[in-house]
Amino acid sequence: MNGVAQLAGVGLRYGRTRALDDLDLSIPAGCMAGLIGPDGVGKSSLLALLAGARQIQTGGVQVLGGDMADPAHRRAVCPRIAYMPQGLGKNLYPTLTVFENLEFFGRLFGQAAAERHGRIADLLASTGLAPFAERPAGKLSGGMKQKLGLCCALLHDPDLLILDEPTTGVDPLSRNQFWELIERIRRNRPGMSVLVATAYMDEAQRFDWLAAMDGGRVLACGAPAELLARTGSASLEEAFIALLPEERRRGHRALVIPPHTRSDGVAIEAHGLTMRFGDFVAVDHVNFRIERGEIFGFLGSNGCGKTTTMKMLTGLLPASEGQALLFGQPVDARDLRVRQRVGYMSQAFSLYGELSVRQNLDLHARLFHVPAAERQARIAAMVERFGLAGELDSLPGDLPMGIRQRLSLAVAVIHRPELLILDEPTSGVDPIARDGIWELLIQLSREEGVTIFISTHFMNEALRCDRISLMHAGKVLDSDTPQALMAKRGLPSLEETFIAYLEDAGDSAAPAPPVSPAAAPAESAGAAGNPPFSLRRLLSYSRREAMELRRDPIRATLALLGTALLMFIMGYGINMDVERLTFAVLDHDQTTTSQGYSLDVSGSRYFIEKPPLGGHEDLERRMRGGEISLAIEIPPNFARDLKRGARPQVAFWIDGAMPTRADTIKGYVQGIHESFLEHLARESSQAVASPQAQVAVRYRYNPDVQSLPAMVPAMIPILLMMIPAMLTALGVVREKEMGSIVNFYVTPVTRLEFLLGKQLTYIGLGMANFAMLVALAVLFFGVPLKGSLPALSIGALLYVACSTGLGLLISSVLRSQIAAIFGTAIATLLPAIQFSGLLQPVSAMEGMGALVGQLYPTSHFLTICRGVFNKALGLIELWPYFVPLLLAVPLLTLASVAGLRKQER
Amino acid sequence: MRRLARKLSNILQLGLKELRSLYRDPALLLLILYSFTLGIYASATSLPETPYRATLAVVDEDRSQASRRIVDAFQEPYFLPPQYIDTAAMDSGMDAGLYTFTLDIPPKFQQDLLAGRTPTIQLNVDATQVSQAFTGAGHIQRIVTEEVAEFVRRYRSVEIPVVDALVRMEYNPNLVSAWFGALNEVANQITMLAIILTGAALIREREHGTIEHLLAMPVTPLEIMLAKVWSMGVVVLAAAILSLRLVVERWLEVPLQGSMTLFLAGTVLHLFAVTSMGIFFGTLARSMPQLGLLIILTLMPLQILSGGKTPRESMPEFVQDIMLVAPTTHFIQLAQAVFFRGAELAIVWPSLLALATIGGIFFVGALARLRKSLQ
Repeated sequence: MNGVAQLAGVGLRYGRTRALDDLDLSIPAGCMAGLIGPDGVGKSSLLALLAGARQIQTGGVQVLGGDMADPAHRRAVCPRIAYMPQGLGKNLYPTLTVFENLEFFGRLFGQAAAERHGRIADLLASTGLAPFAERPAGKLSGGMKQKLGLCCALLHDPDLLILDEPTTGVDPLSRNQFWELIERIRRNRPGMSVLVATAYMDEAQRFDWLAAMDGGRVLACGAPAELLARTGSASLEEAFIALLPEERRRGHRALVIPPHTRSDGVAIEAHGLTMRFGDFVAVDHVNFRIERGEIFGFLGSNGCGKTTTMKMLTGLLPASEGQALLFGQPVDARDLRVRQRVGYMSQAFSLYGELSVRQNLDLHARLFHVPAAERQARIAAMVERFGLAGELDSLPGDLPMGIRQRLSLAVAVIHRPELLILDEPTSGVDPIARDGIWELLIQLSREEGVTIFISTHFMNEALRCDRISLMHAGKVLDSDTPQALMAKRGLPSLEETFIAYLEDAGDSAAPAPPVSPAAAPAESAGAAGNPPFSLRRLLSYSRREAMELRRDPIRATLALLGTALLMFIMGYGINMDVERLTFAVLDHDQTTTSQGYSLDVSGSRYFIEKPPLGGHEDLERRMRGGEISLAIEIPPNFARDLKRGARPQVAFWIDGAMPTRADTIKGYVQGIHESFLEHLARESSQAVASPQAQVAVRYRYNPDVQSLPAMVPAMIPILLMMIPAMLTALGVVREKEMGSIVNFYVTPVTRLEFLLGKQLTYIGLGMANFAMLVALAVLFFGVPLKGSLPALSIGALLYVACSTGLGLLISSVLRSQIAAIFGTAIATLLPAIQFSGLLQPVSAMEGMGALVGQLYPTSHFLTICRGVFNKALGLIELWPYFVPLLLAVPLLTLASVAGLRKQER
Repeated sequence: MRRLARKLSNILQLGLKELRSLYRDPALLLLILYSFTLGIYASATSLPETPYRATLAVVDEDRSQASRRIVDAFQEPYFLPPQYIDTAAMDSGMDAGLYTFTLDIPPKFQQDLLAGRTPTIQLNVDATQVSQAFTGAGHIQRIVTEEVAEFVRRYRSVEIPVVDALVRMEYNPNLVSAWFGALNEVANQITMLAIILTGAALIREREHGTIEHLLAMPVTPLEIMLAKVWSMGVVVLAAAILSLRLVVERWLEVPLQGSMTLFLAGTVLHLFAVTSMGIFFGTLARSMPQLGLLIILTLMPLQILSGGKTPRESMPEFVQDIMLVAPTTHFIQLAQAVFFRGAELAIVWPSLLALATIGGIFFVGALARLRKSLQ
C-alpha cells in the first residue's frame, strides 16, 4: 500500500517530557487508519505533527508526498489536509452560529459563495445539524459540536482527514451517526485517507489499519485481525493490553463487583426537579432516589440534561421547581458542610492550568481541610491510585486529556467525600486507566459506603452500575438495574436497549440523506485555490471578527459610547488654566495699605481668599494640609516703611509640591505685585515712568487661551490610540488561550492575511469612532473645524491603522490575555498621555520620554489634529506629519508577522 | 473559632494560588518590572518645568545691540536656543508647531527706544499649547522688560521699586518636576496593576470554568474575593515599596520627607479600593475583551483627572465631583501631602477615610455582583 504519511526517527519533547521517541511509522493511504494506546503516549502529538500544527523537532515527517518541515510544502498541502483537534469543539467559535462557523471555514479555503452554500447545505443535512444552523456553536451539546467540527473539516474535501479522539464525550447514538457519516463520505470519496486516534476499542475494531502506541513509540501495526492473531486475543481490548510492556499491564485484572447490600439510608432524593432556561426546559420533573453506597449511573444523549441535574444537586444551579435532598437535607448553596461531604467533578476540565499537578492536589486538600497530618499521605495515595507519579510537576495544560481526567477525579475524592457526583469522569481515558478508576469507585462504594452518582457514555461502565437512569430531553425514561432494563426490552445488549428507549421517545435517529455526489466538484478548492496572498481569506477573518463583535454588542457599545463619555469628561476636565487657587494672608501690619495690598490679590480672578492666617504655625499647618497653595506675609510696619521709602519686603509662600501649579502661581503673583507698584506710583502722583518698550502679545489660533478648544481636538488622538489598541490586543492572544488558533496553524491562511484580516474590522470600528468624536467636537463642544476634513480623515485612517497594529503586535508576541491587557495599558497610556504633546509640547520633553514622543504615532496625529482644528491647515502644510504614520503602519505589521508563529512550538 | 480558622486558611490558600499563577506568566512579570522601574523613570525625567525648553524663534528686523541683548537673555533650560528666522518662516513655523513663541523685533527698535518713543515688540504665542502659552508669555514679557530696562539704565536713571516681593517655594524649592512626576507615576502604576490583575484573574477563572469548580467546594465568594484582594495587593505593594526606595529615592534622588508608614497605610487602603474595583469590573465584564475596554476607559480619566496631571481646583465643579469617587484622587492627595509637605495623620485622615469608604463600597458591590453572577 502506498503510504499517505511516513515518519522517520521522529522525536518530540515538551520541556523534560518526551512525547515521541525516535518513532518510525508509515501510514497507509486510502483507508481508515487508527491510532490506539493509553493516554499520554504521544498520539495527539503525532497527529499535530502530521497536520502541520506543531513544529517538527527531530526526524522527518512526510505527508502527501512532501516534507512537512518545508513551509512551501506545508502551504501547498494544507488545503488537502483537515485536522480536528482534541476537545469538544475546541477549534469552533462559540459565539458564531453553526452556519457562520461553516461559512468561515469555507471562505478560508477560498470557496465561492455558490459552491460554499451548496456544500454547507449538504453537510448540514447529512449530519442532522440543519435544524440547528442558527444556534451558536457554544450552545450545542458535545455530540453536535463534534459533528460540526467534522463538517468544518470536511468542507474543503480533504485528501487526508485527521481526527483526534473525535467521539470522546459523545453519546452512543451520536457516535454511531458520526461514523456512519464518515462511511458515507468515504464512499463518495474513496481516495480519502482517514487517520483517527481513539480510546474506544469497539470503534478501532472497524478500522482498516491500526497502530498501537506506547511511550512515544509504535508497538505494533497492521489490520485489527492481524493484531488479534498476533497476540492470540479474542478482543481488541485484550490484544491491546497484551501488547503493552509487562510493567504497564501489572495490576490490571478483570473487575469484580461485589453486590450492593441494601443500606440504611438515602443519599440523594429528587422530587420533580426542574430547570428552565427561559422557554427551554433543560430538566423536566425528574425524580430519583439513591441509597447510600449505591453506584447510580446516568445515561443519556448529549444535551439531555444530565449535567444540569448534577449541577442542581451540587447547588451550583438553583432549581426552578421541585426539590433535591442530599442526606435528607434540602440542597442549600450556602451550606458549606454539605459541600465538604460531596466530591464533584465537572465535565469540562476545570483545574488550574497554572498550577502543577502537585500544587493542584495540595490546594484542594487544603481547601477541603484535610488535616495537616494526613495531607501528605492522602496526596501520595491519590498519586499512586491514579498513576500521576510521573507528572507531579507538569502543568495540566501540557497533559493528555486522559491524565487530566484522572487528576480531576483525584481532586474530587481527596477529602474522602461521602457522595461523589461525577460528570463523565472517564471520557477520553484509556481502557486500562478506566478500569483503574472503576476499581477505585467500587472500592469506595463497597468498602467505605460512598454513594456514587455518575454519568457515562460507555456501555460497559453503565453495566457496572447498581442502577441506571436513562435520560432524554430532560426526562428520565426509565430507571432500574441494567439487567432489568435489558430484560424489559428483551434485547441482548444495553446499547441496543438504550437506543430502543431513545427511539421510542421520538428521537429523530432518522437516516440522514446520503451525501450527494454533486457536492464534489472536488478539485476546485484544492490546488488552484491556494495563492500566496488571498483577499478572500483575509476578508474571511475580517468578517468573522465583525460577526463576533456583533454578537458581543456590549464591546462595540463600550468602544463607541465609552469614548464619547470620556471625551465629554476629559474635554472639560483637562484644564490648563490654573484658576481658583486658594490663598490666605498673614498680615502683621493690619493697616489700610496692607489690606489694600491683599485686596489686589483677592480681586484677581485666579485667587480665592481663605480666612486670614494666625501665625507661622497656622501657615505651616494649613499649607501642609493642602488647604491653601499660597500664603502672603505682610511684615509689621508695612505701611510706615512704605511711606518712608524703607522698602518693606512682602513674602509669598507657594506650595511647590505640584511644580506646574507653583510656577503659574509665581507668575500671577509677580504680575499682581507689579500692578500694585504701578498703582502705588500713580497714587503717590509721582511721575509715572512710562515703560521703555512695550510687548504686544498675540495669542494665535486660540485667542482666549482657553483649554477647551485646544484640548478637545487633542482628545481625539488619545482616545483613538487606546480604544482600538485594546480592541485588537486580545485578538490573537485570545485565540491562543482558547485553542481556536489551531485553525490558523492548519489552514492555508498566511500570517499577513490573518493579521490584516483581523485589523481591518477594527480599523472600520475605529473610523466610526473617529467620525463620532469629530461630530462631538464640532457639534457639542462647538470647536470649529477650520482646516481640511479630508486631510484629517486620511490622517485618522493611518493613525487607526497604527493603533490597531500596535494592539496586534502586543497580541502576537504575548501568550496570556492578562499580559496583553497590561501590556497594552503600558504601551498606550503613558506614551499617549504624557509623551505625545497633550499637556506639554514634545519639544520640551527630555530623555527617554523625548525619544518616545518623537517616535510615537500619537504625537504626529496630535499635530495634525490641532493643525486642522485650530490652525485651519490642510494636507499641504501638514504632510511631513503623515510620513511617520505611513512608515509606522507597515513596520508594525511586519513586526507582528515576525512575532507570530504559524506552528505551535 | 474553628470555622474562622478554616475561612482564613481558605483565603490564604486561594491567595497563594493566585501568586503561583502570576509566577507562571513570565511576560507579565517582566511588564510589571518595567512599569515600576523604567516606566516611572521615563515618566519622571521627561517632564519639563514650566515653561521649560520652550521653542522660540526671533525675527530680528533691527539687528542692534539692544535686540541682541534681548535675544541672548533667553537661556536654557527655560528656552531652547532661539532661532533667527524671517517673517515668512514665522507663520509656517508656527502653523507646523515648530515654535510655540515667536518674537518680532521691529526695525529701528534701539533707535526708538533710546529716543523714548516706546517701540513695540510683537510676541506671537501658539495658544494651542495651553500649558506653555500663558506662563511662557508672561515670562517672555518679563525678560524683555528687564533687559530693556537694563539696557536703558546705562543711558537714563531708573527708579527703584518701593516694595520687594520675596517669593519662596515651599517643599520643592527648585520646582523639580521629576519629584512630583515620579510620585504621581507610582500612584498610576499601583492603580493600573491592581485593577488589571484582579479583574483579569476573575475573568480568567470564569472563562476556564474554575470558578464554578471552586463553588462546588466548601469555599464562599467572600473568601474567593478576599484571597484575590490580599494576594494581588501584596504583589503591588511590594512592587511599589521597592520602586519608591530604589527608583524614586535612589535613582531619581527625590527626597521623600514624610512618614513612610503613613504612606504605606494609605497605599494599603488604596489597594483595597482598587483591587475591589478590579473585581467589580470583573463581575461587570463577561469576557476578557470587554474587561480590557472597561479597564482602559477607566484608567484614562483616573490618570488624567485625579489631580496628578493638572491641578484639581482648575477643573469644572462637576468633573471635580465625579472624580471624588475615584480612589486615585484621594491617594494622590495623600501621597503629595505626606511626601512633600510631611503631613501627619491629623491632616491626611480625610483622605484615608475616603479611600476606606470607596474601597468598602466597591468591595460590597463586587461581592454582591459576584454572588449573583455565580448563581
